[in-house]
Amino acid sequence: MTKAISFQNVSKLYNLGLVGTGTFTNDVYRWFKTAVLRQEDPYMKVGETNDRSTSGNSQFVWALKDITFDVEEGDVVGIIGKNGAGKSTLLKLLSRVTGPTTGVIKAKGRIASLLEVGTGFHPELTGRENIYMNGAILGMTKAEIRSKLDEIIDFSGCERYIDTPVKRYSSGMMVRLGFAVAAHLEPEILVVDEVLAVGDAEFQKKAIGKMKDVSKGDGRTVLFVSHNMTSIRALCKHGVILKNGMVDVVGDVDSVVSQYLRGDSSSDNYKRWETPAIMKNGFELLEIGMRKKGGDYESVIRMDQDMELLIRYRLTKAIDPFWITMHMKNERGEKIFSFGGGGRCYDKKHEAGEYLQTCTIPANFLNWGNYVVDFMAFTQDHHIECLADEQDIISFTVANRQVAIGGYMGKEPGDVTPTFDFVEEKLK
Amino acid sequence: MKQQSEQQEWTTVIKPKRKFFSFGLKDLWRYRDLYSIYVVRNITTMYKQTVLGPLWFFIEPVCSIVMYMLVFGGIAGISTDGIPQPVFYMSGIMLWGYFSACFSSSANVLAGHAGIFGKVYFPRMIIPLATITSNLVRTGVHLLLFIGIYIYYVYHGAPIAPNWTLFLFPVYLIILALMGLSWGLIVTAMTTKYRDLRMFVTFMLRLFMYATPVIYPLSIAAGKSYGRFLKYNPISPFFEAFRYGATGVGTFDWSWMLYGISVMVVSLVLGMLVFNRVEKNFIDTV
Repeated sequence: MTKAISFQNVSKLYNLGLVGTGTFTNDVYRWFKTAVLRQEDPYMKVGETNDRSTSGNSQFVWALKDITFDVEEGDVVGIIGKNGAGKSTLLKLLSRVTGPTTGVIKAKGRIASLLEVGTGFHPELTGRENIYMNGAILGMTKAEIRSKLDEIIDFSGCERYIDTPVKRYSSGMMVRLGFAVAAHLEPEILVVDEVLAVGDAEFQKKAIGKMKDVSKGDGRTVLFVSHNMTSIRALCKHGVILKNGMVDVVGDVDSVVSQYLRGDSSSDNYKRWETPAIMKNGFELLEIGMRKKGGDYESVIRMDQDMELLIRYRLTKAIDPFWITMHMKNERGEKIFSFGGGGRCYDKKHEAGEYLQTCTIPANFLNWGNYVVDFMAFTQDHHIECLADEQDIISFTVANRQVAIGGYMGKEPGDVTPTFDFVEEKLK
Repeated sequence: MKQQSEQQEWTTVIKPKRKFFSFGLKDLWRYRDLYSIYVVRNITTMYKQTVLGPLWFFIEPVCSIVMYMLVFGGIAGISTDGIPQPVFYMSGIMLWGYFSACFSSSANVLAGHAGIFGKVYFPRMIIPLATITSNLVRTGVHLLLFIGIYIYYVYHGAPIAPNWTLFLFPVYLIILALMGLSWGLIVTAMTTKYRDLRMFVTFMLRLFMYATPVIYPLSIAAGKSYGRFLKYNPISPFFEAFRYGATGVGTFDWSWMLYGISVMVVSLVLGMLVFNRVEKNFIDTV
C-alpha cells in the first residue's frame, strides 16, 4: 500500500488570551533572540500540553504536539477526541487554512476540505449560482462544475428551488446543497468534519453512502472527524485518538472506538475515597459510581443496557431523617431530572454504620451522550440541613446502541428516549 | 534511490515557512475560474434589494460635484484652471473613487473575509483581485457621467480640447488600481495583528485625498513651498495627465509618471511578498 498522507512531527503553537497584548514587544524579543543572537526561539519551549481543564502558567499552548502518523491510499480514517483535543486544528492544517508551527505534512493529490459545508454561499445568489461559487472555492473549474451540475442538483434534492436565492432556503436545504457540491468534487483526499450531524435521516443515509462510494469505488482517502462514534464505526477502517494535542492511539476502528469510550468514561464515572473528603456532621461519602448493570467501572455503558448508580457512605452517628437527592444534567449542564431514594430510604432508621444505595436506570431511558450528576445529602431537625452538596460529582458517557450501516446515525433530540407502551390497532 | 522516488510522489508539502520570495502565482492561475466567478458575483450582488439600484452610481458623484462646487469652488474659491467646474471635479471624483475603492477593499480583505478563510483554502489574493475588477463597473458609470458632462460643455463652447494622450486613460486606471491594491495588501497584512492600525488608515486615506489633485489643480501649488511635497505623491501624475488629455489643461510629464510607476512596482512586489507571508497563519491572529 502506498501512503496518501504523512504527518511528520507536526506541531501547532497557539497564543492564548488576547492576541496582540504585548505582541509587538514579544515579536521584537523573539526576532532579537533568533535572528540576532541566533538562539532558540524563547516561545517554542514554554508551550504546555493542551489540556483545557487545567490552567497552565504560560500564555502559549501546543494545540498539537509531535503528531506523526501515515494514512494509506484509499483508507478512511476517523479522528476521535474530546473537545479541544486538537482534531479540528489537525484538519485545518491539512486543508491549509493555517500553517503548522513545526513539522511537515506531505500529501499525494488534491486535498478538499468539508470543514463546513456551504462555505461562501451568498444569500442573494440563487442555488445554481451558489453551486458554481462554492465549487470554485473548493477548487473545481467551471467546466468541471458544468459537467456535474445536473448530478449535483439531483443529489441535493433541491431542483424546485434551484433558481431561488438561497436566503429563502431552510437551513437543511442549504446543507444539502453544500454537501452535494462537496461530494461531487473529485479530490484524492477528502477532509470531513461533522457534516453528518445535520440533515434528516434520508439525507444522512445518502451522504454516508456517497462517502462510502468515494473511498471504496475510487480508492480515495478520507479523513473524518466526528463525535458520533456510530458513524465513525460505520464509515472508517482505522481510527486515531487525539488526546491533549498528541496522538494517543492509532489502530483498527473497532478497538479504537471502544478504547475511546472506555477511556472517556473511566476517568470520571467512579470516585472512591480512602479518607473521606465529602463529610459533614457524621456523614461521610466513601464511593460513588455509575456503571453498566453488573459490569465493572471500566466497561462501556450502552443505551440499550441497564445501568446502575452506586453510593456507599458511612454515618458515624445515627442521623434521622436522612436522604440523598441527585440531579442528572446533560452535557450542556441543563438539569434533566432530580432523583433519590424517596420514601423507601427516607423512612428507614439510619443508625451509625456503612450503607450502600443502588439505583438502577433502565435501558433505553437515557439517550446517548454525556451526563453529569450533582450529589446532595440532607437531614432535618427544625429546618433542613444540608450534609453534602457536591456539583458535578461524577460524569459518564452513554454510548449508542449498535446501528446497522445505513440506519439513522444521528442523535434523536432530547436527553431521554423512553419506550412508551404504544398500541396500534386496525380499526376498519 | 528508493528514497528519491518516494520523495517525488508527494504533490503537496505543507511546511511551517514558505520561501521568502514567493508570490503564489501558480496557485492564482489554478484558481482563475474562482476569480471570474467572484467578479460576476460582486457585480450581481452589488445593488440587490436596494430601492434605486445602480442609480446610486449617478446620485453619489452628482451630489459630490454640487458639494465641491459650493465648498471648494464657491466658498474657498479654488481655481480649476479655466476648466468648467463639473468637468474638473468629475474627473477627480472618478479617479479618486476608483483608487480609494481599490485601496479600501484590499486593506480589509483578510479581516473582512476571516469567516470563509477560516474554513477553506484558496489563494487569498483572488478576492482583492476580483474586487478591483468589479469596482470597474462603478468607474464605468462614472466615466459615462463624465462623458455626458464633457460633451455638454464642449457643445456650449467651453475652452477645452482633448488630445491623443487621452488614450492612455486605461493605463492610468490600471496603475491606480495596482497602487491601491498593493498599499491595501500591506495594510491588511499589518492590521490582522495590530487592529488599531485600521482606524489610522481610514483617517490617513481621507487626508491623502487632499494631498492629491482631486479638488484643485497642481498648478495652484506651483512656486509655493509645499508644491514640491505635493509632487512626491505617486498617484498625482495620473490625475494631472488625465485632465491634460481630456481638456488640454494640466501637467503631462513622462518622468513624473515614471516616478509614479516605479513606486507602484516596488509597492506591488512588497505588498505581494508581505501578503503571501501573512496569509498562511493570519487566521490564528485575526
